[in-house]
Amino acid sequence: MNDVLTPTAEHPSTAKLPLRPHGKVLAVTSGKGGVGKTFVSANLAAALAKRGHKVLVLDADLGLANLDVVLNLYPKITLHDVFTGKAKLEDAILQAPGGFSVLLAGSGMVEYSRLTPEVRDEFLRIISSLVPHYDVVLLDTGAGISDVVLFAVSLASEVLMVATPEPTSLTDAYATIKVLVGQQQRQTVRVIVNQAARPGSGLAITNQLQQVLDRFVVTDHPIRLVHMGDIPVDPEVRQAIMRRQLLMQATPGCPAGAAISQLARKLEESVIPKPA
Amino acid sequence: MRLPFGPCAHIQRQVFKPPLALLTPSSQIDLQALQLDDARALLKHDAKDSQQEAGESPTGYLQRVIDGLCEISLKDPLTGLGNRRHLRSTLERAIETVARSGESVLLLLVDIDHFKAINDTHGHLAGDQVLQAIANCLADCVRPMDTVVRYGGEEFAVILPHCRPLFGRAVAERIRQTVASLSIPVAAQTNVQVTISTGGAYAPEWVRSTADLWIERADQQLYRAKTSGRNQVCLDQPQELSVSAEEKGLLFAHIATDEATMIRNLSGDAPPDSQGNATDRVNA
Ligand SMILES: Nc1ncnc2c1ncn2[C@@H]1O[C@H](COP(=O)(O)OP(=O)(O)OP(=O)(O)O)[C@@H](O)[C@H]1O
Ligand SMILES: [Mg+2]
Repeated sequence: MNDVLTPTAEHPSTAKLPLRPHGKVLAVTSGKGGVGKTFVSANLAAALAKRGHKVLVLDADLGLANLDVVLNLYPKITLHDVFTGKAKLEDAILQAPGGFSVLLAGSGMVEYSRLTPEVRDEFLRIISSLVPHYDVVLLDTGAGISDVVLFAVSLASEVLMVATPEPTSLTDAYATIKVLVGQQQRQTVRVIVNQAARPGSGLAITNQLQQVLDRFVVTDHPIRLVHMGDIPVDPEVRQAIMRRQLLMQATPGCPAGAAISQLARKLEESVIPKPA
Repeated sequence: MRLPFGPCAHIQRQVFKPPLALLTPSSQIDLQALQLDDARALLKHDAKDSQQEAGESPTGYLQRVIDGLCEISLKDPLTGLGNRRHLRSTLERAIETVARSGESVLLLLVDIDHFKAINDTHGHLAGDQVLQAIANCLADCVRPMDTVVRYGGEEFAVILPHCRPLFGRAVAERIRQTVASLSIPVAAQTNVQVTISTGGAYAPEWVRSTADLWIERADQQLYRAKTSGRNQVCLDQPQELSVSAEEKGLLFAHIATDEATMIRNLSGDAPPDSQGNATDRVNA
């Protein structure tokens, strides 16, 4: 198993991290917006924390993730202050209700949504100094395939692609995977089907995506999709958000909660070493 | 003539961030102390009511003055269309939307062919009349959600949100033909006909680009339209990131299966094994 942050392509928006960190960086991404990246990031972090992992979630959507709303945290010091040199990185890290750490972006971060060399360097510096301190760093990326999203994904050793069964979400997930193959020479993308229509439909969707990729994306390093699990549509998800609680705290046993626990287990089997 | 853009409250809220001190409720506004004369004159020149109305609160009045000034600052006085500044803020907003949603937004740059000749032959007043006629025509050719601005001398820009690549050329062609069919009166018994050249570019899907780069791409196409004989439309090819119809057809195959499953379930048949030979790859 490759323990290095994936060294990526020659594309200008990707980079190599200098160190060999012990933690895993996982990017949660989707192509289409609003499919549940933030919901998955926050609750997966809680599920992994419950299993004994030291987890940090970073708002790589630069303030648009609404992680603060989901976690009901409104900190004074954010990533924005770290970017502008007003605060130290460690002062911006918060303890989230689910037993994990979180680095929120702060509303001012939208200014940094263009990937200038300074933003890249700062991002790189922040992530490389975080990684040695955690078992898992989850990057909750923004919607779309903007250069910031691609850059954030390029820093991750694993990509978790969240898709829903809707045609628009599938098309965008597919388009994103194509870019990741072409630009970052990704060989594995892990698929999570959220709001699955019925149990098992996600596997069929993943296989479908794989077939289309095999047929239309010609590379010398074929892409392999790994179906990580399905999360059903569950009214408890909205309920938890309305109550400003994390699903994994409010109703961990509900169908969506159980699916996320299952997802954490699968990640442990395949990607993240079991906690010591 | 149709107003090319609505009340500009949304823009104003984006542009102005008054210092907090100004917002404290304790400061009662003294209109006398404010030197509003220039603002009033500007509004009056634009045929807007510039005096405080009876019963209107100072804050309400001031807000109306601010709204009026905002609108003027984004407007081209000759044609009533938006101006360059309006174009920029519209493009920047579109870029944000595109980066998040992947929606297709088309920018068209429209330039009147041989405009100088009209000025030379019929005079500048005639030139102005042509500009106004084209402005009206462009505004009438597009949907209310689209934005038409006067970009420079005889150059206009049209921003079309939610414009699928298939439709972009059709819209641009329709505009070109409508303009070509116009007969514009510029003096008693004198009508002129003009043509336009159009260059267009889509906002790069998913990528946060800049307004300048986007305009530049459309401008290159306009140059192409001009140099290949005018009175024509040239569009930049949308990014190759697109997913072809063939790919989509295959991608959505599961939906047909799902529907079939649902129908069969509804009709009481045994549910089929829809996963068939699919294998779980997790432990691969
Ligand atoms: N499994 C689910 N069941 C029910 N509702 C869900 C489920 N997953 C997500 N949602 C709903 O979808 C909404 C959007 O989710 P979320 O904010 O996590 O999406 P996102 O992909 O992060 O969006 P963005 O692209 O804007 O960052 C949530 O507020 C939630 O109400
Ligand atoms: Mg989000």
